[in-house]
Amino acid sequence: MHRRTLAELAAGLRKKEFSSVELTRHYLERIERGQPALNAFVTITREQALAAAEAADRELAAGRGGPLTGVPIVHKDIFCTQGVLTTCASRMLSNFVSPYDATIVAKLKAAGTVMLGKANMDEFAMGSSNETSWYGPVRNPWNPELVPGGSSGGSAAAVAARLAPAATATDTGGSIRQPAALCGVTGIKPTYGRVSRYGMIAFASSLDQGGVITVSAEDAALVLGAMAGFDPQDSTSVDTPVPDYTATLNDSVEGLKIGLLKEFFDKGLDPENEQRVREALAVYERLGARLQEVSLPNLPLSVPTYYVVAPAECSSNLARYDGVRFGYRCENPRDLMDLYKRTRGEGFGAEVKRRIMTGTYVLSAGYYDAYYLKAQKVRQLIARDFERAFQEVDVLIGPTTPTPAFALGAKTSDPITMYLNDIYTIGANLAGLPAISIPCGFVRGLPVGLQIVGRHFAEAKILNVAHVYQRETDWHLRVPPGWA
Amino acid sequence: MEWETVIGLEIHAQLSTKSKIFSGSSTAYGAAPNVQANLVDLGYPGVLPVLNREAVRMAVKFGLAIDAKIARHSVFARKNYFYPDLPKGYQISQYELPIVADGSLEIVLDDGTRKRIGITRAHLEEDAGKSIHEGLPGVTGIDLNRAGTPLIEIVSEPDMRSAKEAVAYMKKVHTLVRYLEICDGNMQEGSFRCDANVSVRPKGSDRFGTRTEIKNLNSFRFVEKAINYEVARQIDILESGGKVVQETRLYDPDRGETRSMRTKEEANDYRYFPDPDLLPLVLDDAFIDEVRASLPELPDQKAARFSEQYGLSAYDAGVLTASRELADYYEEVVRRVPGEPKLAANWVMVELAAALNRDGVEITESRVSAGRLAGLLNRIVDNTISGKIAKEVFEAMWTSGRDADTIIEEKGLRQITDTAAIEKAIDEVLAANPKQLAEYRAGKDKLFGFFVGQVMKATKGKANPAQLNELLKKKLQG
Repeated sequence: MHRRTLAELAAGLRKKEFSSVELTRHYLERIERGQPALNAFVTITREQALAAAEAADRELAAGRGGPLTGVPIVHKDIFCTQGVLTTCASRMLSNFVSPYDATIVAKLKAAGTVMLGKANMDEFAMGSSNETSWYGPVRNPWNPELVPGGSSGGSAAAVAARLAPAATATDTGGSIRQPAALCGVTGIKPTYGRVSRYGMIAFASSLDQGGVITVSAEDAALVLGAMAGFDPQDSTSVDTPVPDYTATLNDSVEGLKIGLLKEFFDKGLDPENEQRVREALAVYERLGARLQEVSLPNLPLSVPTYYVVAPAECSSNLARYDGVRFGYRCENPRDLMDLYKRTRGEGFGAEVKRRIMTGTYVLSAGYYDAYYLKAQKVRQLIARDFERAFQEVDVLIGPTTPTPAFALGAKTSDPITMYLNDIYTIGANLAGLPAISIPCGFVRGLPVGLQIVGRHFAEAKILNVAHVYQRETDWHLRVPPGWA
Repeated sequence: MEWETVIGLEIHAQLSTKSKIFSGSSTAYGAAPNVQANLVDLGYPGVLPVLNREAVRMAVKFGLAIDAKIARHSVFARKNYFYPDLPKGYQISQYELPIVADGSLEIVLDDGTRKRIGITRAHLEEDAGKSIHEGLPGVTGIDLNRAGTPLIEIVSEPDMRSAKEAVAYMKKVHTLVRYLEICDGNMQEGSFRCDANVSVRPKGSDRFGTRTEIKNLNSFRFVEKAINYEVARQIDILESGGKVVQETRLYDPDRGETRSMRTKEEANDYRYFPDPDLLPLVLDDAFIDEVRASLPELPDQKAARFSEQYGLSAYDAGVLTASRELADYYEEVVRRVPGEPKLAANWVMVELAAALNRDGVEITESRVSAGRLAGLLNRIVDNTISGKIAKEVFEAMWTSGRDADTIIEEKGLRQITDTAAIEKAIDEVLAANPKQLAEYRAGKDKLFGFFVGQVMKATKGKANPAQLNELLKKKLQG
């Protein structure tokens, strides 16, 4: 069953080829067998899953329910889930049982999905290798010595190893697309404001966006359709209608103007990785799309810009973890200062602390203008570069990452090389644009991703562009050895 | 050396919205700790703020009432600091782009002159919770019911030159926010409080001295006392050759003094930056016009109208318009006692005010309603009773809760207007005081008052005073 896509599973459920309970049991067994090797989960919610599956079966038996009724999914542990541990992979929240559901969790619940568990991730979504988790690193199903990418490493690894047909994820600087690329799965980050952030534990509020990791673009269209939409509880969510993303998946790409970002094909790009991207572009050309080189002159500034804006917001967002009302609290605090210092000192990991300190610094009196304000200005310039590019082309296509997955521990000692792994993905976050990563082949036996960036709210377009490629190729259907 | 005091106030007024500024919890005062704090107020992981439109409307109302600029585009910013009563580790406020800027109010000084006090800005922000020490030995309790209550912080220019001016300004703002029905003005509950920035400089100097900020003053009396104490303290320091330290100070009402809380060096770096969870607040002209149309008659407008329409002095008009309720009461009395606005003004400002003050009762809970007071005044106007007897009747009305006519009848206080009866009383008084009569007739005019008093005494004050005067004059002339 697990070799099927989510769309096929949903169809099977409706045709009663199998029940949701059977499907759920099947995935729960795979998760329990896979967890020791991959560590993709923080929490497995067996009982709740089976109860939800039974309820879904009743709905299906009564001829009710929607396209996702009975479909098992996994939530990244950054999304609040009522009555279920919600840790953000941090010691700080290692005892936090959320009293409420995030909006997308509630929406997917209402759509009839069955939550299998909570996916491991980088602590507070800060990381590109899933090595900063308090619960230990996630391993890449294609090679357990390698990282799955991050921060949504658990979500990507779970889908890649077919421990779940879909996993929600979040993307602040590439946290959906980069692990999707490194694990050989499909991951979409929608337009900023398309998916509610309510109940999604904040890292950098102006960049964070929820999305989903699936096997195929068609699957992503199905799940995103249920997640997206205006939420009165999130002032930054946008009140525009959600189209049926599946309706336009098969639109022709003939005459589609594809922009190749000059800045993406730079010397940092692994030549073999570049080769896979060029091959994918040839597929589009064959389908009648037109390729055109475009330049975003300010894009090379995206990494430094991001590493000012994101830490600044994070330093403030994470101030609420003070040991007073919820979460981790140090033993026997002497006084208030001691409570703050030891709770935060013991509750946060090194990368989170590094970003809080960086963020505190760039917002400080005397440094604000030179760092934060300047970064915001550069951010505007980068957004304008994208706007200009989209006057010429319909989508931008390039690599998702410079290289395939790297070894565990390879970059942990050097934050800058780690940060550079997000060089191709950060731009879309800074400009708030939708982007998707889909598998486009292998480099030295490891999957690499093709990134498609669209105009604001052009999710339907990038899903369509991704889907027509997946009709022509089967990279996305490849399963890591040992997980078939 | 002669010194000049320079004062600026930052007034915090809690907006009387039903729910909090960024969440749906109730803002009602006095609930058990933490029952009015939802997940947003508690700063739980993942929650987000949603702006309360009513708070915006109220801030705009205030801005229009002080003739300020209403920002078409204003921005919420985070003020970052750690404190247990601040759940998120930051307060959502407005920093560089406040909703209201550049307004002013006029105060009336003791000598009757008017002075314009500039208002630099007024911005929206959320209140923090409270730390509780009372009844909790060895620990600190946190009550987050107040966390997220909407405030406007009203920042004045350093335009005030004495504690009295500061109090006059604060009272003016207090009156205004209550007129606008945007704040209940309850200072005991902390709905209206201020921080005072105080400095002194040699008279004539055009540079400001080093200032101190006195935090959290929650009564007009404390504002006056704290500023006067602080001014004296600063002058002492300067005159003995010292330097005032820029710092935040706390006023201790029990000791009547201010003491240091933290110096500038210890001050937080608040690391303000625009709150990415909230979009910039954009207001259009239609909204502002709609709010403008909803403004009530403002205190100054009302006072001017009272002077004009009722022929009152500026002072009286000012007193009677100090609150909307008092002004409404007065106008109700005037409506029911046609043609006697001054009589009504005197009664409201003297007898009624004294009774309210004595019993600590608000005008809205007055034991003598405007209608009842008008009933009493009408008996003065139609000569049923004298003004003096009316005071007695008023006291009886206040204590018994009954109306004037009932009391007049019951106590037989109806005025004597029968000429024969008054003449009889005069005759008796003159007969009983032959010595005084002789002295009067010998030219001691002052004794006229003595005879008036005696007749009034004999008639238990009920003789019509005008008639008495006339008849007495005739009789004395012989």
